[in-house]
Amino acid sequence: MDSSEPSPSGDPDDRPAVPAQRSDQDAYLRVRDLRVRFDTEDGVVRAVDGVSFAVERGRTLGIVGESGSGKSVTSLAILGLHDPKRTTITGGISVGGRQVVGLPDEEVRRLRGRDMAMIFQDPLSALHPYYTVGRQIAEAYRVHHPKANRREARQRAVDMLDRVGIPQPARRFDQYPHEFSGGMRQRAMIAMSLVNDPALLIADEPTTALDVTVQAQILDLLADLQAEFHSAIILITHDLGVVGQVADDVLVMYGGRAVERGSVEQVLRAPQHPYTWGLLSSVPSLHGDADADLVPIPGNPPSLINLPPGCAFHPRCRYADRAGSRSRTEVPELRPAGEGDSAGHLVACHLSAEERATFYAEDIARVGVAR
Amino acid sequence: MARFLLKRLFSATLTLFAVSVLTFLMFFALPRDPVSSICSKNCNPERLERVRDDLGLNDPLISQYAGYMKGIVTGRDLGSAQGGRCDAPCLGWSYVTNEAVSDTIARVLPVTLSIVIPAAILWLLLGVGLGMVSALRRGTWLDRLAIGFSLTGASLQLYFVGAVLLLVFVYNLRLLPVPSYTSLFDNPAKWASGLVLAWVALAFLFSAIYARLSRAQMLETLSEDFVRTARAKGLAKPTVYGRHALRAAITPVVTIAGLDVGGALGGTVITETTFGIQGLGRTAVDAVRSGDLPTIMATVLIAAVFVVLANVLVDLLYAAIDPRVRLR
Repeated sequence: MDSSEPSPSGDPDDRPAVPAQRSDQDAYLRVRDLRVRFDTEDGVVRAVDGVSFAVERGRTLGIVGESGSGKSVTSLAILGLHDPKRTTITGGISVGGRQVVGLPDEEVRRLRGRDMAMIFQDPLSALHPYYTVGRQIAEAYRVHHPKANRREARQRAVDMLDRVGIPQPARRFDQYPHEFSGGMRQRAMIAMSLVNDPALLIADEPTTALDVTVQAQILDLLADLQAEFHSAIILITHDLGVVGQVADDVLVMYGGRAVERGSVEQVLRAPQHPYTWGLLSSVPSLHGDADADLVPIPGNPPSLINLPPGCAFHPRCRYADRAGSRSRTEVPELRPAGEGDSAGHLVACHLSAEERATFYAEDIARVGVAR
Repeated sequence: MARFLLKRLFSATLTLFAVSVLTFLMFFALPRDPVSSICSKNCNPERLERVRDDLGLNDPLISQYAGYMKGIVTGRDLGSAQGGRCDAPCLGWSYVTNEAVSDTIARVLPVTLSIVIPAAILWLLLGVGLGMVSALRRGTWLDRLAIGFSLTGASLQLYFVGAVLLLVFVYNLRLLPVPSYTSLFDNPAKWASGLVLAWVALAFLFSAIYARLSRAQMLETLSEDFVRTARAKGLAKPTVYGRHALRAAITPVVTIAGLDVGGALGGTVITETTFGIQGLGRTAVDAVRSGDLPTIMATVLIAAVFVVLANVLVDLLYAAIDPRVRLR
C-alpha cells in the first residue's frame, strides 16, 4: 500500500510517513492524490477528490463504495478513458513506471489493452452485438500485435476462450454475444481483457450482472488467472463480501474520497470508519446470524457537485455529534488507525481510536451481526 | 438465412397481391366510365354496350382481374381496338395516349431510376457523412455548420431549391444545359449533365434528414458500453468510430433510407415537374388528370412494387448488419 497519504488540501510530500507494509516503489500501479473533475452545466462535479493507492503485481485491491463514490471514475481515469474536453485530471497515475496523466492520448492508447485492461460490469452491453465473440477477442490481440496474422490471432483467441473455461472454444469463437449465457459472456470478456497478458487488470463490478451461482465461479476464475498471469488486479465493487473473497487490500471510498484503507483482514475484522460499519451491516453474512436484519445506511450518497462541508459522511453518520462541530467544518485526513496489528490501516475520521472501538462495539451490539 | 429470405419474400408477395386487388377495385369504384372516353360524342347506348363487351367490362370482376394478372405474367390478346397482341408484362392499353401502357412505362421508368438512384447515393453519403462529422466534432463550429445546413435543407422546398439551381447554373452561369433526359447507355456525359441539378436538389433536401438522424444515432452509440470496450482494448479512434460505432449507428438510417428510396422510385413528381423531365411521377399525375385508368393502375402497381422491394431489401440489410435479427 501507499506509504504516505496526502491531505486533500495540504502538500502530499511533506506528511509524515505512515509505517509501510511494503515499499511503494515496487508497485505496478501507483495513484497519487488523484483528482477528477467534470465540468457540467450544473456545476463542477468533483468525482474523485484526492485519492492515493498502489497495487503490486500479484495483489488484488478491492475498491468499495456506493454508486457515485468515485470508484468507477477512478478506474476510467487510470485507463485514460475520460473525455479530455470535459474532464480535468490532476495528480499522478503511474502504470509500470510510466506517468499516464498528461501523456498524449496515442501513447495511453498503446498501453490500453496491452499493459492495462478492463472488465466491465455488464458483458452483454460491453460486447459489440454485431461481431462474433472470437473476432472481438482476436481484434484486441491484433491491435497490439500488428505482425500477427488472422490465423495466429484466432488461435490465440481460442486458447484464451479455453483458458477461461468456455467449452468447445473453437465453435464458440464464431458465435455472437447473444448466443452466450451471462456467465459465459463474462468469461469471454475476461478472455478478451487478458489476451495481451496485461500486468494490470481492472474489474468494474464484474459479477454484479450475474447469477449468484455464477458470481463465485467468475471470482474463482479471476483468482486462478491472477495466480497464473501474476497481474495486479483492482476489483471495484459495492459488495464487501466479494472483497473478502478475493482481495488482499481494501480501499473504501465515499463522496470521491478515500475514507478507509488497509488489508482485507484489517478492514473486515476491525473496520474503523462508521461508513464501513454501515456497508458491513448492509451486506448479508454467510457466517453470521441468519435472522439478523440487514441495516441500510440511512440517507443517500452525497451530491458530488455540492459535497457536505467537513466530513462528507457526517449527515449520515450516527456518531457525527460525538466529534463536535469539527465534523461539519474540517475534512478529516486519512491517518493511521492505530498501532501494532493495525499498521498500514488508515482511516479518515474525526473520532479517536478509543471512541471508534467503543462505538463499533455498540454498533455490532445494535445490529446484532458478529463478523 | 434462406428461411428468413423465403419468409420475407412470401409476405412481400402477399402485400403486392393485396395492392393489386385494391387498385383493381379502385379502377371500378371510380366515378368514371372508361368507355365514354373512347367514343366521345357520337356514342349511342348500343355502341357503348358493344365496346364494353369488346373490352370485357361486362365479364365478372374476378375474371377481369384474372385476365389483367395473366396479361402481366404471360401477355394477352386485347383485341384490335387496343393494339392487338399485348406482350408480357401487359399492363393494358391507354386510350389517352393510344399506346400500350407497358410501352409508356418502359419509356419513363428509366428516367425516374436515373433521377432517384444517383440522388439517393449522393444524399446518403452526404447526410451520413455530415451526421458523423458533427457527432464526432460535437459542439464545434463544424457541428453547428452541419446542423445549420440540415436545418436549411429541411425547411426548404424542392421547387424553390430547383428554381434557384436552374437560375444560377443554367441561365446565369450557363454551366449546364437545360435539364433533360438522355439514356445513360447512349451518352453518359449528357445523361449526367442533364440530370445533375435534379440529383443535387434532391440530395440537398434529403441529406438534411439523414444528417440529423445519423448525428443523433452516432451520439447515442458513442455512449454505448461496447464503444467504451473498444477504446479500452486500445483500438485507434478510426477503428472505434468506423468499425464499432458506425455499424451500430447506421441501422436505423438503413430503414429510413429504404422507405425513402422505395417511395421516391414510385415517382418524384415535384422534381420531374421542376426540371421539366417526364418520369414516372409526372406520368402518374398526367394519367390522373386525364382519367387514364390503365396508366394510373400501372403506376400505382409499380410504386407498390418498389416500396415492397425496398422493404425486403431493408430486411436483408438489417439481417446482414445485425446478427440478432437472423434468429427471428
